[in-house]
Amino acid sequence: MDWMVWTLPTAVFFAVIAAILLGMTAWELVSPTVERRGFLPIATTRGDRLFIGLLSAAYLHLVVVGFTELSIWFALGASILWLLVLMRWG
Amino acid sequence: MNKVYNNRAWFLILPMLLLVAFSAIIPLMTVVNYSVQDVFDANTRFFTGTEWFEVMLNDSALQAALLRQFAFSFTILAIEVPLGIGIALLMPKRGWQASAVLILITLPLLIPWNVVGSIWQLFTRGDIGLMGVGIRELGYPYNITRNASDAWATIILMDVWHWTPLIALLCYSGLRSIPDAYYQAARIDRASKWAVFRYIQLPKLTNVLVIGVLLRFMHSFMIYAEPFVLTGGGPGSSTTFLSQSLTTMAIGQQDLGPSAAFSLIYFLIILLVCWVFYTAIMNSQKDDTSQGGA
Repeated sequence: MDWMVWTLPTAVFFAVIAAILLGMTAWELVSPTVERRGFLPIATTRGDRLFIGLLSAAYLHLVVVGFTELSIWFALGASILWLLVLMRWG
Repeated sequence: MNKVYNNRAWFLILPMLLLVAFSAIIPLMTVVNYSVQDVFDANTRFFTGTEWFEVMLNDSALQAALLRQFAFSFTILAIEVPLGIGIALLMPKRGWQASAVLILITLPLLIPWNVVGSIWQLFTRGDIGLMGVGIRELGYPYNITRNASDAWATIILMDVWHWTPLIALLCYSGLRSIPDAYYQAARIDRASKWAVFRYIQLPKLTNVLVIGVLLRFMHSFMIYAEPFVLTGGGPGSSTTFLSQSLTTMAIGQQDLGPSAAFSLIYFLIILLVCWVFYTAIMNSQKDDTSQGGA
């Protein structure tokens, strides 16, 4: 695994992604998702909303890192909040 | 209605998942690791955090390349999709003519990218190329190594020549799969040719067009060999697209950290655009069917 030049932050990042995917699988097994319409303009399943949340989180991080002086932790916090809002009401 | 879900079929994709893990996911994870470090060799590396992303996002040459890339991709889509549909509609439907036309149309698709670049490089040369000499004889000082708009027009023409057949082939197969009953009903209704196209052929083509547009967008967004051989990104940097900037950075200058950060941004853009395309087209289709069923 040395050639992959792991660092602690990236390892944590991928571990969290893997945990989210496992968690979503478990959740799906316990109670299967129902496609529904929230504040988003399209009907989405739980997985769709997770994907939208993660993708918008990536873009939010890029904007914060590239074009503002804000800390990256601000982007992370905002992304988590946004993801929760999206999962519940999106 | 109580639907029984049996998800065990998912186990069948495990071999594919393993393959993709080794060919895509693990390399991509490595790219993420590289993007937050300055790696010199296996033992000498420094954590840089978000620095590379900051540098890459504010690099004006890359921003210009990104704009050029979008301009290029949307231009060729705007030309190739209608043209491909048109060609598919005109192609003979049966008999030996159908086979002959299919083969003729497919020929450009069989040529490797860098060979396409070389063909067009020779074709457009002002001293020996058929097209280059021809246009000059008509009185226009055509020169792709000096004039940026000539270079642009040629690259777009080359891409249209190389890839419109793909759209045409997809549409042709889509058109062949429409049952005759639809056309018979249209004839009974005395539908005009345009109405047949708008309400029968085009809706039935949606699925193949989704695939066609997605493939062409991704291909053209990652275009490398053809413009590299034809113009080398010039004149100046007027036809330097994203993948060429990336290659120069990663291979030419060995700046692995910045180019890793840059490829992740590149990847995110492709991911977003493809997702938007896919969702938009799939949803418009869903609305159509729900209206049709009501």
